[in-house]
Amino acid sequence: MNLSALFFYLFATVAIAAAFMVIAARNPVHSVLFLILAFVNAAGLFVLVGAEFLAMILVVVYVGAVAVLFLFVVMMLDVDFAELRQGFLQYLPVGAIVGFIFLAELLLIAGTWITGAGVVGAIRSPIPPASEVTNTQALGRVLYTTYVHFFELAGLVLLVAMIGAIVLTLHHKKEAKRQNVAAQNARSKASAIEIRKVRPGQGI
Amino acid sequence: MTIGLSHYLTVGAILFTLGIFGIFLNRKNVIVILMSIELILLAVNINLVAFSAFLGDIVGQVYALIVLTVAAAEAAIGLAILVVFYRIRGSIAVEDINLMKG
Repeated sequence: MNLSALFFYLFATVAIAAAFMVIAARNPVHSVLFLILAFVNAAGLFVLVGAEFLAMILVVVYVGAVAVLFLFVVMMLDVDFAELRQGFLQYLPVGAIVGFIFLAELLLIAGTWITGAGVVGAIRSPIPPASEVTNTQALGRVLYTTYVHFFELAGLVLLVAMIGAIVLTLHHKKEAKRQNVAAQNARSKASAIEIRKVRPGQGI
Repeated sequence: MTIGLSHYLTVGAILFTLGIFGIFLNRKNVIVILMSIELILLAVNINLVAFSAFLGDIVGQVYALIVLTVAAAEAAIGLAILVVFYRIRGSIAVEDINLMKG
């Protein structure tokens, strides 16, 4: 058994075990931490097949952003998670049946997979040899030229998600006093001050 | 023995099934359901990257990048909805989400 096979089994085993613990852990904080472990090991699998850029993106985006976002939300919401786990065993039989049928079907597909005769000839953007071009360069060459619409679509999706998240969670308290820049700038000398004649010794 | 395409497809299939299983098992906890969806999208990404690497076509990795983006956006929006819902109802149990009687 060579070294890459050894690492494949290591990463695959840890990723699957971590994924199992994500759905089985009692504490959602532990679930998030196991999710991070699963993502890091999946990134290891990506490195093994030569997709280094996606592996790094997976670590940065998922572990650095998405998983930490989950962690924030889990810790911010004061929820009794023990109460949410009631009925856990109630759904176990139907979940197990659906899961095992699904897994059996997927494994049958994965085990009997044969590449069609015309597939290799139909490849549009072949991966250049790794000795000449790095994976990041190869991805950038097609991402910004042939598939630039995908890139722009991804940017649009992120923009809409960002605006949506801000619109959903932003709420102003009614009693809080806020600065109104437009009203401040629109103030003129006439509306701001008033000049009164004050007679000596009388006051206003 | 060499690690082939079907090995990676098997890992993807198991991760996908665990994600489905998690949705069924944690019917009440929205946060774990969202994490299960992340697992499902990770399995999809593993499949895309494995096909890309073993068939020698880099388009699979471009698609995996799109899936990654959509997963990040989905997590952000899902958690934002969750925070707003918790602010209104004081609970995140799935069976409390029945305001619209759908």
